[in-house]
Amino acid sequence: MPETNGHDAPRVGFYVCHCGHNIAGIVDVAEVARFAGTLPNVIVARDYKYMCSDPGQELIITDIREHRLNRIVVASCSPLLHEHTFRVATEKGGLNPFYFQMVNIREDVSWVTENHDAATHKALDLVRAAVRRVAHHRSLATKHVRIHPDVLVVGAGISGIHAALTLANAGKKVTLVEREPTIGGHMAMFDKTFPTLDCAACILTPKMSAVKNHPNITLWSYSEVSEVSGYVGSYTVKVKRKPRFVSEELCVGCMECIDACVYKEGKTPDEFNQGLSKRKPVYIPFPQATPQVVLIDPDTCIEFKSGRCKKTCVEKCDRNAIDFKQKEEIKEIQVGTIILATGFKTFDPKRIPYYGYGKYPNVYSSLEVERLVNASGPTGGDLVLRDGRHPKTVGIIHCVGSRDRNTNRWCSRTCCMYSLKLAHLLKEHSEAEVYNFYIDIRAAGKAYEEFYDKLLEENIHFIRGRVAEVTDWSARPEEEGKMIIRVEDTLIGVVRRVPVDMVVLAVGMEPQADSQDVRRMFNISCSTEGFFLERHPKLAPVDTFTDGIFIAGACQGPKDIPDSVAQAGAAAAQALSLIDAGEVELEPNTAYVVEESCSGCKSCLNICPYTAITRDETRQKAFINEALCKGCGTCVATCPSGAIRQNLFEDEQIFSEIEGLLQEKESVLTGGGAWRAPA
Amino acid sequence: MASTGMKQGTNGWEPRIVAFFCNWCTYTAADLAGVSRLRHAPNARVIRVMCSGRLDPQFVLDAFARGADGVLVGGCHPGDCHYMEGNYKALRRVRLLQRMMKDMGIHEDRFRLEWISASEGEKVKTTINTMTERVRALGPLGLPERFAEWDEEMDGLAHAIAAQEEAVHA
Amino acid sequence: MSYLYFPGCSLRSTGRPYEESILAVFRKLNIPLKELDDWNCCGATAYVSIDENRAFTLAARNLAIAERMQNNGNAGEDLMAPCSACYLVLEKTQHYMKTDEGVNTEVTAALRRGGFDYKGTTKVRHPLDILVNDIGIERIAKAVVRPMKGMKVACYYGCQVVRPFETFDHAAYPTTMDRLVTALGATAIDWPMKARCCGGSLTGTIQEAGLRLNRALLKEAEKRGANIILTCCPLCQHNLECYQKRINRRFGESIHIPVAYFTQFIGLALGIPRKELGIQRLFIPLKFADPPTKEAHAHA
Repeated sequence: MPETNGHDAPRVGFYVCHCGHNIAGIVDVAEVARFAGTLPNVIVARDYKYMCSDPGQELIITDIREHRLNRIVVASCSPLLHEHTFRVATEKGGLNPFYFQMVNIREDVSWVTENHDAATHKALDLVRAAVRRVAHHRSLATKHVRIHPDVLVVGAGISGIHAALTLANAGKKVTLVEREPTIGGHMAMFDKTFPTLDCAACILTPKMSAVKNHPNITLWSYSEVSEVSGYVGSYTVKVKRKPRFVSEELCVGCMECIDACVYKEGKTPDEFNQGLSKRKPVYIPFPQATPQVVLIDPDTCIEFKSGRCKKTCVEKCDRNAIDFKQKEEIKEIQVGTIILATGFKTFDPKRIPYYGYGKYPNVYSSLEVERLVNASGPTGGDLVLRDGRHPKTVGIIHCVGSRDRNTNRWCSRTCCMYSLKLAHLLKEHSEAEVYNFYIDIRAAGKAYEEFYDKLLEENIHFIRGRVAEVTDWSARPEEEGKMIIRVEDTLIGVVRRVPVDMVVLAVGMEPQADSQDVRRMFNISCSTEGFFLERHPKLAPVDTFTDGIFIAGACQGPKDIPDSVAQAGAAAAQALSLIDAGEVELEPNTAYVVEESCSGCKSCLNICPYTAITRDETRQKAFINEALCKGCGTCVATCPSGAIRQNLFEDEQIFSEIEGLLQEKESVLTGGGAWRAPA
Repeated sequence: MASTGMKQGTNGWEPRIVAFFCNWCTYTAADLAGVSRLRHAPNARVIRVMCSGRLDPQFVLDAFARGADGVLVGGCHPGDCHYMEGNYKALRRVRLLQRMMKDMGIHEDRFRLEWISASEGEKVKTTINTMTERVRALGPLGLPERFAEWDEEMDGLAHAIAAQEEAVHA
Repeated sequence: MSYLYFPGCSLRSTGRPYEESILAVFRKLNIPLKELDDWNCCGATAYVSIDENRAFTLAARNLAIAERMQNNGNAGEDLMAPCSACYLVLEKTQHYMKTDEGVNTEVTAALRRGGFDYKGTTKVRHPLDILVNDIGIERIAKAVVRPMKGMKVACYYGCQVVRPFETFDHAAYPTTMDRLVTALGATAIDWPMKARCCGGSLTGTIQEAGLRLNRALLKEAEKRGANIILTCCPLCQHNLECYQKRINRRFGESIHIPVAYFTQFIGLALGIPRKELGIQRLFIPLKFADPPTKEAHAHA
């Protein structure tokens, strides 16, 4: 199809969208269309119910052909939502897609304005600006970049594992980076999973070993991403591999070195068991850890502290796997896409001192209880308290660090269900009476409400009210040595004191402590509370605002295992669709130099954060490497002689937009007295 | 305290504010304000740029010269720029411009730079509302009208000089 | 470091030993206090329940006087309000004048009529906050001549210094006083009643309820082995000390525990004579040896 070129006089087609009542309910769309029809260059002006629908797009396509239009303006929603849609329609009509300009009269007008007149008035100004702007649009070629087929997955909890396996099974090469010595994340610590009560290890460990054995997955545990550069399709990533002081290649995980360690007993709180047991300086997080490789903690190992250990571990290892000289390594990889599945951290209940965590030994966090009831946990599943007793009464306090203005306002979504599960397990592991103190029970998942119903029949007590405090303030002799939970029972309207032997705090989910650092490293955004921000809450839940970077699991917001797995699959699919397309279109918004105007002054050289600008010394001119330019336009505003320009954001385009916005007043001017922008 | 935003001319003057929002943080935040239905004053007209670093000082001057009563610039928070440091460049320019505009007799409340991240829809609302109120309190800037007056004055002067010269030659 | 000082009515009546000990301790530590000029009722009395804005206006007048003094030779001096009720109503007034347009308009107008143009710069401080966070535990510990060894202290904060504004300590589990008495050589017992209600004015209105609240505090302190309760509020001190006999009669208890101001306790540790600290005014005598006079003289 012959392309209409931009040198012809502009013939603008204008379309305003009703968006059902979303726009038309506030903005007088008929008036907008009428007004647009009176503007210079506008040949066709229409309003239509849904411009983004097929018939809406068809309007544009037909009009271009019938009326020989060469510019298109659509006033509808945000360009972040549908700019692409209408560019495609423009192209289908036979025009270069960049002869299109969008006016946001939904998010920026109808949704934020109460007054009909004011909304319409604002829409008219914006339309006038866009019609002026589009006259200066030019034909541009879309930039295509090749997508490197390899993928980086950061974080190997259930989300990262699932995403990595999905990609690897599709034949893609995946590098899976995990900060901890083992993969598995929080899920590996859990005993059973709600609502089906299948054992977490039974469903997780096969996936863990599949990761380890998959020919397409390179697993780097005990490693962290330290630097990311590049852009969609071509990211360069540096990964710091922390020394384990044990060769991953040589160690077979027989664990004889652990038995042989000069420490007869462990002395360091075991991280995996939440400090409920002790480990030695040479250790493996848990028996099914993946990779099955021990590691040495230099902070507690005698050899590292004094250099005079008998090194019984080395003697015992017949594969010579122990290497005290191992150094940190930095590896560099090339990938085309990245999936972040960096997970969450549990709320620190010490932040609520009146619940007594850290002060009363028998107050536990829910994660500790997961280990306590776990058959492979520190007590082998025996529910024994820190003081050696077996509890006869247990109180589970819901919403600790959730739905609370003093800590976190959000609902952590998982605590109700895991509290119900723990109530069931505690009952199973002891004869204890179990009380749940809840605000609301949120059981909104498949088979969740049924699970709650079942619990109600298991003689578990439910008291509705936010707990005020946990103390050791006993009022009767039989209460001595117990924790007293004070709570307003809001269903019967009285304050109750419930003495219990054990308190379980159902702690909420928070962003990782370093989520802001990670966000900066990968150049993505966080939402207000610090979880990673998705591109669109409904339509692009695993995309980010940075192309080629996807998010999955609890790093995006609190979620349970089924939701995390679903998101991980979605993220993998999004990565696959990029990889299999082979290349991606980039917004052609790069900067370029008009050589005749360039004086070679070098002002721009240091401005560019991507070192895309160099100086051609023989010609004494600036030169912009289009492949490196990301289109911020900072150099354009910097150039003192106006020699640098930016596609899609040309000076004329922006000046004409300003002029259009304010033109209503221009009628009062009597002559050409206004200060003129340099064109 | 949203302004009623009556159509200009029917019920007196309404401030007109031109806002330059960066694509990644502030424009997204403005979208969020929309999605969250955070009603605010209808006086700001947004121009989207990829980065606040694209803000050419001439854009600001041009907006004032063409009749804007206020100019608002929105960028990512320090350290959060999608392009690493474009917002710092914007900050530098804005500081210089502020000094310059003071000399030109343009009140500092008419020109504002605000860091608004993608999650801060609420901040878009309060920023636009407070800016509108402040500019409303200052009244119209009316640079185009002033330019016209000055032009007339200059024309008058030119005529007078020409007349004098004619007289001398005559 | 120096402060403006707002005594309020309590410190000139039931709370006299509080004022005496505060003045003595600050004198000993060389921290000048200057009484607020022409101060008036803080507004925390029955006023608050009848007309909040008038109560705030009373408080605001004191704040405005403080600001005026700061602008006239007392720059940077915060306003110290030892009585918890004064402290809270002054804080509240500051808060609402900043956040509530209605309060601000009404109070500002009233102040204007009285010739004040209050800008809102006065900072209200409690002596507990000042002693620990400005003067510092270390400096106080260095001045101790009579370590309070063997004293097991139940630190009692009451409600108003920590709620609803957590200005210098946690609302439900404050620790400032505990850290202070530990530095004086005493043992602070851990108890869950630190910031629980003392009964407030219920002891004078619905006495049964007031006494029950009091009893819970007193019993728990004794049960945990405390041999003294320290308070930082005149009303708490009054409630906890004066009703012990009545509680014993009413509930068949045998409570007997001295209740003193934390500043009296500091004074004793710093070797200030009992009389200057108003110790003799306590109904339940403090039973432990006076500091050895020689040492006290040596450090005086």
